[in-house]
Amino acid sequence: MRIALFVTCLADSLFPEAARATVTVLERLGHEVVFPTAQTCCGQMHTNTGYQGHALGLVEHHVTTFERALDEGAEAVVAPSGSCVGSVRHQHAMVARRAGDEALAQRAERVAEQTFELSELLVDRLGVTDVGASFPHRVTYHPTCHSLRMLRVGDKPLQLLREVRGIDLVELPAADECCGFGGTFAMKNADTSTAMLSDKVTHVRETRAAVLTAGDASCLMHMGGGLRHQRTGVRTMHLAEILASTDGAGAVS
Amino acid sequence: MSTYLGMPSRRVQEPSSPIQGVRDFPAAARQALGDSVLRRNLGHATSVIRGKRAAVVGEVPDWEALRDSAEAIKTETMARLPELLEQLEANVTAAGGTVHWARDADEANRIVTELVRATGETEVVKVKSMATQEIGLNEHLEDEGITAYETDLAELIVQLAEDQPSHILVPAIHLSRTEIREVFATRMPGVDPLLTSEPRALAMAARTYLRELFLRAKVGVSGANFAVAETGTLTVVESEGNGRMCLTLPETLITVMGIEKVLPRWRDLEVFLQLLPRSSTGERMNPYTTFWTGTTGHTEGTTGPDGPKEFHLVLLDNGRTDVLADEVGRAALHCIRCSACLNVCPVYERTGGHSYGSVYPGPIGAILSPQLTGLTGDSVNDSLPYASSLCGACYDVCPVKIDIPSILVDLRARHVEAQQSRTGLRVPSPEAVAMAAAAYVMRDEKRFAAATRSMRWGRPFMKDGHLRGPLSSVMTGWSSSRDVPTLPDQTFREWWAERESGGHGG
Amino acid sequence: MATVGEARTEILRRIRSAIGEEPHVPVVPRGYRTEAGYDVDVLRELLTERLQDYKAQVVACGDTREEISAAVSGVLVEHGLTSVVAPPRVVVEWLEEPASGQQVQVVADDPEVSTGDLDGVAAVVTGAALAIAETGVIVLDGDVWCGRRAISLVPDVHVCVVRTDQVVGLPPEAVARLDPRRPQTWVAGPSATSDIELDRVEGVHGPRTLVVVLAG
Ligand code: SF4
Repeated sequence: MRIALFVTCLADSLFPEAARATVTVLERLGHEVVFPTAQTCCGQMHTNTGYQGHALGLVEHHVTTFERALDEGAEAVVAPSGSCVGSVRHQHAMVARRAGDEALAQRAERVAEQTFELSELLVDRLGVTDVGASFPHRVTYHPTCHSLRMLRVGDKPLQLLREVRGIDLVELPAADECCGFGGTFAMKNADTSTAMLSDKVTHVRETRAAVLTAGDASCLMHMGGGLRHQRTGVRTMHLAEILASTDGAGAVS
Repeated sequence: MSTYLGMPSRRVQEPSSPIQGVRDFPAAARQALGDSVLRRNLGHATSVIRGKRAAVVGEVPDWEALRDSAEAIKTETMARLPELLEQLEANVTAAGGTVHWARDADEANRIVTELVRATGETEVVKVKSMATQEIGLNEHLEDEGITAYETDLAELIVQLAEDQPSHILVPAIHLSRTEIREVFATRMPGVDPLLTSEPRALAMAARTYLRELFLRAKVGVSGANFAVAETGTLTVVESEGNGRMCLTLPETLITVMGIEKVLPRWRDLEVFLQLLPRSSTGERMNPYTTFWTGTTGHTEGTTGPDGPKEFHLVLLDNGRTDVLADEVGRAALHCIRCSACLNVCPVYERTGGHSYGSVYPGPIGAILSPQLTGLTGDSVNDSLPYASSLCGACYDVCPVKIDIPSILVDLRARHVEAQQSRTGLRVPSPEAVAMAAAAYVMRDEKRFAAATRSMRWGRPFMKDGHLRGPLSSVMTGWSSSRDVPTLPDQTFREWWAERESGGHGG
Repeated sequence: MATVGEARTEILRRIRSAIGEEPHVPVVPRGYRTEAGYDVDVLRELLTERLQDYKAQVVACGDTREEISAAVSGVLVEHGLTSVVAPPRVVVEWLEEPASGQQVQVVADDPEVSTGDLDGVAAVVTGAALAIAETGVIVLDGDVWCGRRAISLVPDVHVCVVRTDQVVGLPPEAVARLDPRRPQTWVAGPSATSDIELDRVEGVHGPRTLVVVLAG
């Protein structure tokens, strides 16, 4: 299958390893990955902060970019981020409609229908749970809010992780509670966000895991920041990185 | 108000109205977050109730079907509101009641005051009601020389403590049993000074204190959970029996109800009476639910006069029609005040109800309060739609399926629009400038690629893993408790370009 | 009052302008269960379990007048209750034969019985309009078996006789059978509160003891 990578602005600029790992996993499974270079950002930050006027331009740019990719033979769009896929699926058409642009809304819906978060693409569209990874470490998984409640990915990431050779997967207490990121929430309500984060960090520590993984670079950045700040020694890795890993020990960078 | 030494009141300043505080949410939250007793009380109480709710919701096989039904009934209600209210009015009137209409809090307060005056009484017993809290009825009555006694245990605690409610269902959720004992021991007339902090002992103290009041009260004041248009029947859902006392024993009953509480059909109650108790107290059914239609002495086939001889229903607008006018935001009017969204909200759990500055706290408060008071671009309530990480836990549990996260996002846009139209051509906020700049850069891949490349040049602004320089002011709050990530040597698109040109493999 | 009419007109005008000319009225889906289809044994068991879960006492007995009277007497004796109030019909049916050896003062309710009088009575005996098994609810509707709402509220012990043929499975079955014009009280266990640390405590202002005599 030809799959267009929607890298997300955050993974592109700050966490390229998550995006590279997404490419690695898909190519290892025999799929062709294309990267529409025109892509920039889905506009989620603008939408969620109240700047829908600005978001509109970004939505239009995103839709145009991936519409072209689909027209040029891509059968699906994948992103290593539940939250950006959530924005594409649940917000793009809404932003367009709010601005009175019904045509754009319909185009956005078409792109949204073909856009998947990585675990959805693997488990639902491609029908695999064993992606040939091995990762002999103690890992705990945080289901990010948008994956869990906007996309309803359910236990798909866990299905994938359970098939990873050598992994010691431990359950995170109060896993489904938000880590406190929430985009600009972490800045506008920094104190509350910090309180949420510190509870999350406590739960991660309780698992005695070496690695915390999730399907969203943004939440991982947030939790990783807290884990490092408290000198816990727990590393954060994107789900894609674990799924890409074949050489156990070496993969923990 | 003054804060009494040793009293567990956590309120600091008088709110500017029952639905709008004096400080914005981040400022109020900061103070609440510093209160470790509050954090412990709330953490304990919300986790208990979350567990109970999950257990009793889990045993209902058709929960989702009930939610779908409830959502549709509420949508239908809003679409047919004028005719339903007229039908309700006609049926209540035919059953011996009197219906009054109040455009705002002042008008409602005046109506209730006049009705109480007409009875010649100077005291009323009250059953917990959000509508009367919203209009500040007790304070108004007090100014008019009428004493309103709250009879719900938690309301009583809050009233005796001269505190503010902090939860829709359990207004004293922010107080622990020890603190409640303290309130009773020092404030409750005639209380046994040896009272213990056992919940049972505290409940019995309230029983003894209120008993005489119930038996002598001539006027009861209540809210309503539901009102059925086709029959004129009103419903109050409660636990302690104080509701039954107030609704049954007095000679006059005055009910203040938001116009959105009407339901089309009697049958619709079969949906809401399944959803509400399980969502709110985590019970299969709450101990007592009272239904009455006008002055029920009229009813055939019953054993004669039953309940108040006079019944007045006050239908309250107070900003609801403004909420209704917004196609997205109007779903906030579907709320049945179960408080499930508060109990699962990670923000509410940590900041408590007072941080929201309104009698409607938590996720529902964050969408309802600013709509009731109006988003002006610079009011305190404008900060409420941002008091959420958009985690969506509220939407999952809401029995009437209010998409709270989407409404929050929409209200944020309305706030920014209001702000822009206020500022006009004057200087926009630093945030607006930053957002505009970011959007400009991100709309074009060349500008975007250049910007991400140049982020690496920003590294001199980082020291010991912390931000310095211009970016730091925006990020301070964030970076004081988190270490910022280190920047990669190469963006993904640079890596991809290199790979495509054969630079290196994948 | 002119202002009253003004407010009414104004509010209705505001609503009409808020919802627009032809607002979409959805068809309400009713995909939820409207009948449980439980047989009488299941209904009896489920109701008992659910009532007990909320600390109501359940006493089973046969469905003849004698058996019910005896069960009610037994409850009065067990709880040491020396005065009861009941709707006249209940007095005639179930309280005529005095409880064995016990002096019980029986007050047949009528509108002259004041709230203060009720406060001096130890218990109330009523029938019920129906009961809902899944939610552990008994419904009183003010008919000749249930009486005025005040009598089942003020006394501290409520003895409620429910016949098994009055037990339905689900709330929708109850709603379909009930007359909304009658004053109703749905009761699920004795009064309770969860207002202190969300800890449930049974027994506040309403009767602190609820005994359900399940007949048949
Ligand atoms: S918004 Fe929904 S969950 Fe929150 S109180 Fe209202 S009905 Fe309950």
